[in-house]
Amino acid sequence: MSDWYRDFANSGLGATITKQLGLPRPVELRRFEPGQPLLPGPAVVGSAGQGRLQEQLTTLLIDAGVTVSSPTADGERLSAVLLDATGLTGPADLAGAHALLAPAVKRLAPSGRVLVLADPPADADSPAQAAARQALEGLVRSLAKELRAGATANLVLVPAGAEAGLAGPVRFFLSGRSAYVDGQVLTLAAADVPAGQDEDRPLAGRTAVVTGAARGIGAAIARVLSRDGAHVVLVDVPAAGESLAAVANEVGGTAVAMDITAPDAGPRLARQLLARHGGADVVVHNAGITRDKLLVNMDADRWNAVLAVNLQAQLDLTQALLDTEGALKAGARVVSVSSQSGIAGNRGQTNYAASKAGIIGMVRAWAPAFAERGATVNAVAPGFIVTEMTAGMPLGTREIGARLNSLQQGGLPVDVAETIAWLAQPASAGVNGQVVRVCGQSLVGA
Amino acid sequence: MAAQTRKAAIVGGNRTPFARANSVYARASNQDMLTAAIDGLVARFGLQDAQVGEVVAGAVLKHSRDFNLTREAVLGSRLSAATPAYDVQQACGTGLEAAVLVANKIALGQVESGVAGGVDTASDAPVAVNEDLRRVLMELNRAKTLQQRLKALSGLRPGHLSPSVPSTSEPRTGLSMGEHAAVTAAHWGIGRTEQDELALASHRNLAAAYERGFFDDLVTPYLGLARDNNLRPDTSMEKLGKLKPVFGKGADATMTAGNSTPLTDGASAVLLASDEWAAERGLPVLAHLVDAQTAAVDHVHGGEGLLMAPVHAVPVLLARNGLTLQDFDFYEVHEAFASTVLATLKAWEDDAYCKETLGLDGALGSIDRSKLNVAGSSLAAGHPFAATGGRIVATLAKLLAEAGPGKRGLISICAAGGQGVVAILES
Repeated sequence: MSDWYRDFANSGLGATITKQLGLPRPVELRRFEPGQPLLPGPAVVGSAGQGRLQEQLTTLLIDAGVTVSSPTADGERLSAVLLDATGLTGPADLAGAHALLAPAVKRLAPSGRVLVLADPPADADSPAQAAARQALEGLVRSLAKELRAGATANLVLVPAGAEAGLAGPVRFFLSGRSAYVDGQVLTLAAADVPAGQDEDRPLAGRTAVVTGAARGIGAAIARVLSRDGAHVVLVDVPAAGESLAAVANEVGGTAVAMDITAPDAGPRLARQLLARHGGADVVVHNAGITRDKLLVNMDADRWNAVLAVNLQAQLDLTQALLDTEGALKAGARVVSVSSQSGIAGNRGQTNYAASKAGIIGMVRAWAPAFAERGATVNAVAPGFIVTEMTAGMPLGTREIGARLNSLQQGGLPVDVAETIAWLAQPASAGVNGQVVRVCGQSLVGA
Repeated sequence: MAAQTRKAAIVGGNRTPFARANSVYARASNQDMLTAAIDGLVARFGLQDAQVGEVVAGAVLKHSRDFNLTREAVLGSRLSAATPAYDVQQACGTGLEAAVLVANKIALGQVESGVAGGVDTASDAPVAVNEDLRRVLMELNRAKTLQQRLKALSGLRPGHLSPSVPSTSEPRTGLSMGEHAAVTAAHWGIGRTEQDELALASHRNLAAAYERGFFDDLVTPYLGLARDNNLRPDTSMEKLGKLKPVFGKGADATMTAGNSTPLTDGASAVLLASDEWAAERGLPVLAHLVDAQTAAVDHVHGGEGLLMAPVHAVPVLLARNGLTLQDFDFYEVHEAFASTVLATLKAWEDDAYCKETLGLDGALGSIDRSKLNVAGSSLAAGHPFAATGGRIVATLAKLLAEAGPGKRGLISICAAGGQGVVAILES
């Protein structure tokens, strides 16, 4: 779907007008394509205090074919700035962050990346150290709002012992896969991370289930998982079977027409996964419905339908897969699609927001049990994503919704799909119980 | 050649919802619908780019351009373009005959897998030029000189403009199939009420099967239609009783639009394979095709009803397999007309008929009617001629699989030209 305003703002006359009037000036974001280098240009790596990750990060970049530049070199545009802030002992050390970032950000290329790595504040030895670590969140979130031209800033918290799982998340945040992920804080956990993966086909040989796969974001998820090498099992309601079959045939997957709220849906799906595919490696709970009304006007049917499809079915399907020996393979990845509404709330969506907030509670509660199986469970929370549904919104509402974020544009279904596909990778073993917003740092919500 | 034969497995099926003629699929061609049915099957079983042994399908009403209908559908589908295909045509028996042909090649080890299907459209029917006009045009085509051309053209008459439209009339009797069925109904004394009851059961059974999700993995919506649009879940004896007879005369006029199948558009496809081929892909085996039989009757001179051939085929099939008519858990008797099903059952119950006409020792006996067409049949679903066999094979195979191993089902399908195709499936 074209973004007419973005195209206008990037035209000759449009550029002049938007600049003069101080209007938003969105750019076309750098998005991932197979075979693309991790970064289009050089990166710098620096530290605040005596960090423990700088060397690991530099090696990671060089191995990925990135030119690591000097923080003090002049002129050259940078594709990324990485700050190792694991050495912070107190607020005074933050000056080092300022000293690295200020000149580097000035040199940042369009769709550039600022990535800060630090220890979790909760693990700090002293209040001063916790303060310094927590301060980074304010720094990163504010910097993300200052960045322009599609650049993003994110913070990854790396507890001691979780360093082995760093490569996957760092690659994600630097790559075009994270185009619409901005101003986020991700906390890693110690985990057994498989050594190396085929970066062009990280999901090769894996079976991935996607619910609600017949159209929109679900179809985009199926396409990206398939592109990354997975055999996709596409689930949707029987009435959507025509487009479900079309998407399945497009991605070389298997179509399963079923109502996921049916009492036997979980066991049926588990049996089929086991019989036909020897179990699932990836499960993406994407199916969701909206039945919007103000709470006082909402009948029980609207309330119950949304909670049943968006939340209860996810709990039941996941439980059925856990209960069926072999249905979830070792190292499985479960990803649930939550929503910005579930974090910030939305007028007219008490039912929807309740279901989407419930998902966050669910993945956090399940994370420790999944970790014991060498598996992970996470959620993504999309913000304003341009779909057929948003195309039907009134122009004003749609444009305001699309611009109210640091990237000044709506995200695309593929942006949500890329984040999910990353969480599904073997290299994402250290990401568990997390909620990753795909919202371009929306002004709505935390 | 294989030293031993093996029973072909029915892995699953797919069909479009069936649509009454000139409704939702009015602009869809046979090739469009057959391709959609195959593609739905491909999506269900993950067969993209797979080369199955053979695709066999056909249509009863066929354009001359569709001489290679099935192969063209395969080329337009997501199956490998290296999948061979051929067309068959045995009127309403086409779909089942296609399944038998695929099963036989699997049984002989000539192929490991195959798709059997069928399609028909009464909405996009082949309208040809008037036969007299066609002769003039062919003469013109043969003409070599201007004089010969002018002579050929001089044969043109205004009446030649009226097209030749296909009909369901029997070429040798001039009677429509309904009129033939009415003769049989009168002969066997089939009453209006029992016909309406059978039609009502068909609608109720089909509606209930949809409600319990039975067709979730047998049907893929097409052109926005998710269920057969001939289905009337809320029909009743009162509503059916109000319909005026359309076939038969006087007191024998018992056949209405409610207890006869409507002209219908739709397509179906069934995936058959060896057990090994299915197991290699982790695909289910719903049932096996055990045996099949065809028969034909002389409806022109012999005095037998046009649609009575299955009555003759079944005892042959039973004898060969050492079975009685009562040895089945499900019966799928194609509902061309309610009266056809009832006449079929009555004939098997008739001692004199079974002895004299079928040459048996006595009546085959009656069946447990609660085992008949339990997921609905053609009266409710509609009857796109060549697609009905695929619908029935996949439906029965799934019913058998649900019932557990060792269950047996009988299929009986009558066809134009006084023919019948019957088969046994076993889980």
